[in-house]
Amino acid sequence: MAQIKSLEELRRLRERVERDISTRRDTGTTIIVGMGTCGIASGARETMRAILEEVRRRDMDVNVTTVGCIGMCNKEPLVDIEQAGKPRVSYGNITPDMAPRLIEEHLVNGQVVEEWVVGRLQEDE
Amino acid sequence: MSEPIYRANVLVCTGTGCDSSGAGSVIDALRGEVERRELQGEVRVIETGCRGFCAMGPIVIVYPEGLFYCQVQTTDVEELVEETLVKGRILQRLVFEVPHSQQAVPFYDEIPFYEKQQRITLRNCGVIDPESIDEYIARGGYEALGKVLSEMSSEDVIEEVKASGLRGRGGAGFLTGLKWEFTARAPGDVKYVVCNADEGDPGAFMDRSILEGDPHSVIEGMAICGYSVGSSEGYVYCRAEYPLAIKRLRLAIEQAEEYGLLGDDIFGSGFGFHLKIKEGAGAFVCGEETALIASIEGKRGEPRPRPPFPAVSGLWGKPTNNNNVKSYANVPQIIRNGAEWFAAIGTPRSPGTAIFALTGKVENTGLIEVPMGITLREIIYDIGGGIPDGKEFKAVQTGGPLGGCLPASGLDLQVDFDSLRQAGAVMGSGGMIVVDEETCMVEFSKYFLTFASAESCGKCVPCRVGGRRMLEILTRITEGEGTPEDIDQIKEIAKGMDSDSLCALGQLTPGPIMSALRYFEDEFHAHINEDRCPAKQCVNMISYYVSPETCVGCGMCKRECPVQVIDGERRMIHIINQDGCIKCNTCFEVCPFDAIVKLSGGEIEVPEEPIPVGSFGK
Ligand SMILES: Cc1cc2nc3c(=O)[nH]c(=O)nc-3n(C[C@H](O)[C@H](O)[C@H](O)COP(=O)(O)O)c2cc1C
Ligand code: FES
Repeated sequence: MAQIKSLEELRRLRERVERDISTRRDTGTTIIVGMGTCGIASGARETMRAILEEVRRRDMDVNVTTVGCIGMCNKEPLVDIEQAGKPRVSYGNITPDMAPRLIEEHLVNGQVVEEWVVGRLQEDE
Repeated sequence: MSEPIYRANVLVCTGTGCDSSGAGSVIDALRGEVERRELQGEVRVIETGCRGFCAMGPIVIVYPEGLFYCQVQTTDVEELVEETLVKGRILQRLVFEVPHSQQAVPFYDEIPFYEKQQRITLRNCGVIDPESIDEYIARGGYEALGKVLSEMSSEDVIEEVKASGLRGRGGAGFLTGLKWEFTARAPGDVKYVVCNADEGDPGAFMDRSILEGDPHSVIEGMAICGYSVGSSEGYVYCRAEYPLAIKRLRLAIEQAEEYGLLGDDIFGSGFGFHLKIKEGAGAFVCGEETALIASIEGKRGEPRPRPPFPAVSGLWGKPTNNNNVKSYANVPQIIRNGAEWFAAIGTPRSPGTAIFALTGKVENTGLIEVPMGITLREIIYDIGGGIPDGKEFKAVQTGGPLGGCLPASGLDLQVDFDSLRQAGAVMGSGGMIVVDEETCMVEFSKYFLTFASAESCGKCVPCRVGGRRMLEILTRITEGEGTPEDIDQIKEIAKGMDSDSLCALGQLTPGPIMSALRYFEDEFHAHINEDRCPAKQCVNMISYYVSPETCVGCGMCKRECPVQVIDGERRMIHIINQDGCIKCNTCFEVCPFDAIVKLSGGEIEVPEEPIPVGSFGK
């Protein structure tokens, strides 16, 4: 371990290690992957790994979680994106290769990828 | 960056409480199951310090959802991983249920036990991995030390701590900033910083929890203190009965040294600070600061008269600042967030929070941190969940064996250093024991007196002899041998101990009895003058009868009586032979018809010998 010789160095280290505990904070953004038996069968595990990889690559501050079957099994893998103050958007048939575009457009550019949307949920419904 | 990103963190409490209920094997099982399902790249299992809800341990919290699982056993692990970590579902049977209402509360922040708490001193406990300095840094750790060393003079720091109004958490509530100033101003080149982690109060474990769950906060606080008082060497005095706390503290010191956050020339400022651990043997009196200092010096742990105070002449005769674990742990946040932030929490004269080890007759026991000024009622009923089994609240003892008790009329008291002292109890080290109607207050105060007098070091007469004499009197009273003069005698001994004892151990030993006398004097009189124990606990003053109206002659009491002093055949009213009864309470507990009557200071009319059920009084 290198010695920390200034407040600047400490803050740089903090930025680097903060991500480790980010799941323990509310980041305001959650990506939810359907992981019922149906989801897993249609490749949700791989989709989730791709999402995690993309989040890591872009060093983004989001939480990724799983959820059980929500009854749209023919649209699995289902991925929902929830951002504070905005309606929750559900995307269907998301394969691993779609993850980068999904994250870039929805989270980075702030634009819903309409063609993949299968539903929207208003907050507090 | 090669470090994977984890979508879920599974935090397993490995505090001493959860550890003893099996957290260690739960961790192993969790890690095994996570690997078996190849989740190790997405899910991280982390050991944390205490969450305070030890009675419900082992505690497992799953983030990002903040799911709170309690009493998790290794047999639950497979399903937990399957349901929650793979499928994202809540495993209902591990969710906390509110006593009485049986309402299930799956999320950590919605559990009533935590709702009224404000975790400042314990902010990292149970949230970070205490064996990782990086996690402490990720939560802003060591920034206060960095700020102090690069931007503030030692006077600035002392002013800031003074302005925050922080009062020592070791019991007496002395202003921390002022104490630092005394040490800083004391002449001398060599000075010491000492942390009191003796924690002798039976049942208290807040200092242990901090050392186990967030050791760096204490290290950082001590280093800041060292800078402001002009000391480059510190000691943590911790009882050897706290092996996990010592292990984690030792590891934390090593990590801080590796990062250069302890040692010479910290943050390139020229200031150096070195920290050592001194293990104590666990005598209660060694928590008293002069005895503690003697013990670090390798001498017998006996107190000496003050002044001189340690700030002037402490360890090896040098100016020494001694504070409690919690006092130091608060300092980094005061520096980081500012004195005003801290001063705004709690009450004007007791800013900040109080940590209590809540035990006794409440539904939820554990370690709680609450803003000063909260009422006892909120603590006992909202956080503690009230008194179990529909019983009545009787009293609450605060401050441990040197503290005092408060009756139901004190429930709306707003708790802080001064209000408790005025009411005859004290903040002390933060023990809080709730008792219900079935507790005899004479017996209760005798319990604390037994502890305090056994822990007297024997050096001064008032404490050594006074404690013994008082204990003899109390024992007499509980055995039904009290005399009317006893109460005056207790008061006289208490006065002498208070004014003439060498240290606060002797001065405060009468505390529990005096407060019991203040609020429950009638109970003492009942014992002495009427041979009656109102709580029906003192065995020499109670008797058991079979109610002839209620008895159905089932024979259960007769079968279970260990000394066979109950007479009667089936369908006959049973009779307890008073001379042979040992008051073991067995019949009272086993009777399916609640026909056993427990009396103190009275008797009921029963037949001379067993007669057929239904024929009594006819
Ligand atoms: C018998 C006795 C036991 C004590 N035990 C402790 C203890 O376990 N921990 C503690 O911090 N202070 C204990 N104290 C109080 C210390 O003497 C001292 O006041 C305290 O450590 C100062 O720290 P503070 O200013 O941060 O409160 C005890 C005092 C007495 C008389
Ligand atoms: S030890 Fe686990 S909650 Fe206290």
